[in-house]
Amino acid sequence: MSEPGIDTTFRLGARGDDVYAALIEAHRGLSDEASARLNARLVLILANQIGDAGIVLAGIARARAAMGVAEHTETA
Amino acid sequence: MRYQHQRFPFVRPAELDGRRCRVPVLIVGAGPVGLALAIDLALHGIASVLVDDGDTVSVGSRAICWSKRTLEIFDRLGVAGRMVEKGVTWKVGRLFHGDKEVYSFDLLPEPGHKHPAFINLQQYYVEEYLIDRAREFPDLIDLRFKTRLVGLERRPDGVTAELDTPEGRYAIAADWLVGCDGVRSTVRGLLGLDFVGRTFEERFLITDIEMKAEFPSERWFWFEPPFHDGRSALLHKQPDDIYRIDLQLSPDADPEVERKPENVKPRIEAIVGARPFEIDWISVYTFQCRRLERFVHGRVIFAGDSAHIVSPFGARGGNGGIQDIDNLAWKLAAILEGDAPEALISTYDEERVRGADENILNSARATSFMTPKSRMESIFREEVLAMAETEAFARRLVNSGRLSLPCSLDGLSLQSDDDPAFAGAGLVPGSPCLDAPVLDSQGGETWLLEHCGGRFCVLAFGSPVEVPGGVAQLVVVPAGCGCPTSAGPCLVDAGGYVGERYALDSGAAYLIRPDQHVAARFRKPTREKIASALARAQRQETR
Repeated sequence: MSEPGIDTTFRLGARGDDVYAALIEAHRGLSDEASARLNARLVLILANQIGDAGIVLAGIARARAAMGVAEHTETA
Repeated sequence: MRYQHQRFPFVRPAELDGRRCRVPVLIVGAGPVGLALAIDLALHGIASVLVDDGDTVSVGSRAICWSKRTLEIFDRLGVAGRMVEKGVTWKVGRLFHGDKEVYSFDLLPEPGHKHPAFINLQQYYVEEYLIDRAREFPDLIDLRFKTRLVGLERRPDGVTAELDTPEGRYAIAADWLVGCDGVRSTVRGLLGLDFVGRTFEERFLITDIEMKAEFPSERWFWFEPPFHDGRSALLHKQPDDIYRIDLQLSPDADPEVERKPENVKPRIEAIVGARPFEIDWISVYTFQCRRLERFVHGRVIFAGDSAHIVSPFGARGGNGGIQDIDNLAWKLAAILEGDAPEALISTYDEERVRGADENILNSARATSFMTPKSRMESIFREEVLAMAETEAFARRLVNSGRLSLPCSLDGLSLQSDDDPAFAGAGLVPGSPCLDAPVLDSQGGETWLLEHCGGRFCVLAFGSPVEVPGGVAQLVVVPAGCGCPTSAGPCLVDAGGYVGERYALDSGAAYLIRPDQHVAARFRKPTREKIASALARAQRQETR
């Protein structure tokens, strides 16, 4: 199940642990609410940086699928 | 068959009967690190006295994972053959999350290396083999058991150590003292030095069990296994039907309660099932990452756990200590022989602080991944582990310990700038040399690293080059080419591995340090360029 545009191979080379550590460090001392806001901002920054709406949408779908959440949910 | 600990008797030294002498090097602590140093110095012709307060080898398996680079060093010291023969060779690690396997890795995917990625071998065997080897240098290594350091007097040109023994105290003077006396170092205590870093709250219960089982020779690591209440666990196979099992304890666990055999047994049963087993050794350790600010304090030097301590996942403690010795011994020998100025010793500090920091960074990160501290850290970890099942990239973020790799000394002061003609291909200065299968001039199979190490050596490709006086030269010729008749030692790169791994064209040369690291390399070597790189690598002013 691979959406067009999303590359799930590891692309961070030797810096994977650096990136993970930086993400964890960025949340240090934040409340859950503040952490959720930080994640929202980070996602928006990265989405804009990617600059390709198709890839961002495919990424959203992939993340939801990986969580076992249906791809389209509508509020009843 | 459990290991039988031999007891080494106390031998009354002449100092107790009034002899006064001064030794070049006094080594405190006869663990793997101290023993390796005594042997490496002896190979350089340097005498040492090695004292230890105990009278036997390690109790408990302790350091068990020995890396390829460490085996290459131990090969140079003359003990790797016994270690590899006795040890359990492995290169595959498997990661489980719950009851599912999420990822496996192969640490040595390419052929053409003499030594495996890792062997597992109990520390007591390593010490036994090193002691046997040390005994082959009776004129150079004076091994003294039941001898405890109690006092230290420092001078600009040496130290005087006060030693306590079952038959009384004596003093011994030495040009240099090396503290290889472990995490609770007496030498460090006597100097009053801070051991800076952090302690993690978590503890691990480590157990050696003896059992007959058919587990493969692999490293198995579980996050949140079904058998251990959501915490981490590790299984390693050792020789003699001994298995190492590490179990994470909760921060509030009482180590004295947890280590009671009646509490350990049910946990082991949950992992290994109904097989019969016997507990051989139980210990509890706390994760710590600390190091001395400096490893050289005048004529007192620290190596191994006395200088730096890491949490265990990644096999960076014992391996890091042996790599300290690889770096230190030739420098001490060069200074004592008058081949290099005393200032060379500061580069031990420079180079091994880098190694220690790399080990501390990696092991601290692995520890953090195993023990998330905040809700958000837990969420990140849970999502990485959950995604690892389907998303390939997430597997590489799972961190159960990044296993020990040799540290590059790239860019540090002994190394010359790289020759731009290589365009970064092959091994840049500071890299540890890579091994390769080669043929000797009679056509016999051998390994490249068996022919360089222990001294400075120019590795010339294709044909000999002009080298400065007193420097060894090893010529490697491509497959199909004969060895030049007058070149001295010569190897044939029959499989093309040397040419490929070193990015060598005919006429190029590498200057290799005694610890098998690249000091410099040249597409068009000249005697002057080599002499200048050699002087730099020994901290000499130009000759």
